[in-house]
Formats: sequence, C-alpha cells, structure tokens
Amino acid sequence: MTTTTIAGHEVEVNEEGFLTQPDQWSEDLAPELAKLIGIDPLTDKHWELIRFLRTDHAAMGETATLRRVSTQTGTAVKDLFVLFPGKPAKKMAYVSGLPKPKGCV
Amino acid sequence: MTTTTKNLVVLGAGTAGTMVVNKLRRALPDPEWSITVIDKDDIHDYQPGYLFIPFRMNKPKQIRKTKRPYLSEDVDLVIGQVERVDAAAAQVHLEDGRVFPYDQLVIASGTTPRPDQTPGMLGEQWHREVGEFYTYEGAIALRDQLDRWEGGRLVVHITELPIKCPVAPLEFAFLADDYLSGKGLRERTELVFVTPLDGAFTKPMASKRLGKLLERKNITVETDFMIESVDQDAKVIRSYDEREVAYDQLVTVPLNMGADFVGASGLGDELNYVPVDKHTSRSTAYENIWALGDASNIPTSKAGSVAHFSVDVFVENFQDAIAGRPLSHSFDGHANCFIESGGGKALLLDFNYETEPMGGTFPLPHVGPMSLLKESRANHLGKLAFRHIYWNALLPGHPLGLRADMQIAGKIPI
Repeated sequence: MTTTTIAGHEVEVNEEGFLTQPDQWSEDLAPELAKLIGIDPLTDKHWELIRFLRTDHAAMGETATLRRVSTQTGTAVKDLFVLFPGKPAKKMAYVSGLPKPKGCV
Repeated sequence: MTTTTKNLVVLGAGTAGTMVVNKLRRALPDPEWSITVIDKDDIHDYQPGYLFIPFRMNKPKQIRKTKRPYLSEDVDLVIGQVERVDAAAAQVHLEDGRVFPYDQLVIASGTTPRPDQTPGMLGEQWHREVGEFYTYEGAIALRDQLDRWEGGRLVVHITELPIKCPVAPLEFAFLADDYLSGKGLRERTELVFVTPLDGAFTKPMASKRLGKLLERKNITVETDFMIESVDQDAKVIRSYDEREVAYDQLVTVPLNMGADFVGASGLGDELNYVPVDKHTSRSTAYENIWALGDASNIPTSKAGSVAHFSVDVFVENFQDAIAGRPLSHSFDGHANCFIESGGGKALLLDFNYETEPMGGTFPLPHVGPMSLLKESRANHLGKLAFRHIYWNALLPGHPLGLRADMQIAGKIPI
C-alpha cells in the first residue's frame, strides 16, 4: 500500500493504483482519477454510471460486474466500452474509488 | 394420534441436491418431514468427467448414470420442469400444472452453459468447429472433432465469469497440448487461451503460477477479451473493443446462467443466481429458502468441492432453523480444485473466501499425499480416483474424512 495525493486528498492506493479505502473517495476525486487513465471530461453518462457503482457497492459490499452495470443501468455493454475504452469494468471501478470487480473465483 | 407432515422440497438432484436429500433424510425424523426432490430428467452425469472425454481419458458410459439409485429410498423423486416458485404462497409450480407446497425449499438447480446468449455462437458449426465440453453431447462432439484434427489454430475461450469449475478451461488447454503432442500434431497446432480476465486465473498467486505453466507449454494467452460475437463464416471471435481472434477449432465456454425459473420467480440476480448469505446459504429474501451448489451467488468457485463443504455446514444449520435455534455453523468458502496439467500430472488448489491458494500438502498437514500448487503424479491419481469416490461415497452422503473448513496447518504461503 502507498499513500498518494489526488485532488488535494491523501488516499491509500494499491500497486495498480486503485483506492483501497472506498470511503476516502469523494466526487471531486473522480475527474482527476479519470484524467489519469485518459478520460476527460466526465460526461453526465459517466457520472450516472459512477453514482450507480458507488450506491451498488454500498448496498452489496462488492463492486458490480460489467454485466450487472449493464443490466441495472440499462446501458449496452458496447456503450460501456465507448465510455470507458478497453477495460470498462476496471476503469469504472478505478474512477469510482472501488476495488476492481472480482468477477469470479 | 395425528401427525402433521412437513415438506422439504429440493429443486435439482445434481451433486448438491443429491447430497442434501441423502444427508437430511438421515437427520430428519420420518414421517415428520417428507422430502421431495424435483428435476427435469433422471440423468446424473459425473460432470468433472466431461473434460476427459475429448481426450479419450474417460468413456462416456463411465460418467453417466440415472439419478434414482443415488437417492435415499425414502425420498420422492419427481421428474418435471419447474416453471416458477411462488415464494409468498410457499409453492413450486411445474410446467405440467403440478403444484408442490413446501415448508422449506432448497434451490440446487445449478448453472448451465448458454450459447444462445452470444450472437453467432449457435450457428451451423455449433458442436463442430465451435465446440464446448460442458455438456455430455458437447464433450463427445469435441472428441470426434479432435479425431479429425490435422493442425491449425485451436482456441480455448471463456465467455464471461463466473463459470462452473473455473480451472477446467486451463486444464483443457494443458491436456490438448499433451494429447496433440502424443499424436504428433502439436507442432502443427497453435494453441491460444482467450480469457476475459487479466491473467490465467482469478486468484493472483495461482494466476502467476498457471501463467508460467501456459508459457512453458507454448500456449499463447489473450487477456481482457470480452466477446461480442462469433463469426462462423470468417472463423473469428470478436470482442467489444474490436479485437479479432481467428480459429480453426474454437473450444468455448459459453455464458453460464442459473435456471430460468429462478429469474422468472424473482429470486435471482442478473445471471439467475440466488442471492444468499455466504456463510449459511440462506436466501437473503426468504427465511425458508436456501440455495446450494452452483445455483447460489456465493463468491467462491462453482465446484463440486464447494457444494460438498457447504452442504455439510448447511445440514447442521438447517436443523437449527427448523428447531427455531440460531444457526450455529458458518461456511468459509472452502474450495479445492484439481488442475490437470498434462503428462499424467496435476496441481491442487485449496482456498476460501479470505485465503489465497497456498502451497503445502493435502489433506493431511505435512503428510499429503497430495501437494498444493505444484504439479505431481499423486494429484493426478487423486483426480482420477475421485470419480469412484463421487459415486460411492460423496453422493450417498458418507463422510469423506475431509474437514468442511480450510486448514492452515501444513500450508505454506508462496
């Protein structure tokens, strides 16, 4: 674990740069985290997904999988790949300050 | 004297369902409790055996039996397709109109490959150039495809996780490497492993070790591949981020989903798995509904070992529940998985919700005879012997002498 400063906040991150404490995240961190992975600016659609991920994580105790985000928000998987290019499940989790989804074991 | 009979209804007589009814029949007084198990057919396959059929290491007849002989005599087996569970009325409705009221319900209807969920998968070449080994018919068809194989690109592919037995696709790749070498075809075959994960396996330590094994066997890995469609004319699979992987023979693991009736009854998540408390297998929505085996959403492998260990815990808790006591046992997510690595060797993984796979020995600390996370002949023999244990001890519900919870003694972090 290392501590780093993003948007003026001290946060703990793991070796891949994911925040390790979901409660250290706040909405002003998201645009900064997004810039770090080449997403700029965050649109309303991005925000809708980020807020869904945060709410769902708080309720379920784990990060939603790509399929869950798609079915619960009514966003086609193809569109998730456009909004968060390449690796949407991981990128959404990263920007939302959540662990990457386990997907499975 | 009047006695009121209570009904336990179990949906599914596969690995988990069969173990549950046999163990509970012994634990619950008869006739106070009647036990009914409902399944769509009377076939019981030893599912780990599917993997070996394409390589002629198992004969189809060795892995297929009927269900009835493996169920306790005092359990009613009903053959029929479940249409829906009416949880509010505590009734199970079958498609043919029969209705079964229950006091307690166990959902053990497993998970099923769903090639219909990926565009292009179920085309003309399904079970030919587009093969799979997660069904009896698919495994036999793939055996015949491999008989005709003369070389080219053999692509082993996972659609999306979770899947039943998450190590099986890796094992298929290892065994294919071995099998084709033996037939003198390995040099003419390019072996490719395509996965939606960012490595060979879900658990980081095991992923590293297995990744090296793939490299050593000259199997190329394509990671982070989320399939969008199969194009059977062009013989490629396409991902959402517009990558293409060409194949001559595709061996895919289709999307796995829980039973449709679970979704139709409003009891499932987005993949029709029943949300349960991961330590007790009790439904988070209804106190008298439980889900065991692959049918639940617990965050560990969908595997027979998990079904076995969690059923042991469940049987204790179920007796607490019907006696009105707090549940006394807790399942830790314990899984152990054999991984065939080819050449008559296998690896063994042992892990739970909290602990990554470790090195060491199994089942006895420091003694073994099997070694964890290392290739060995003993592991391979253990895997082969398990078929007999499955039919003769596991399904009847005899104790195997294995602890349900994971032991740390004798294990070495790697």
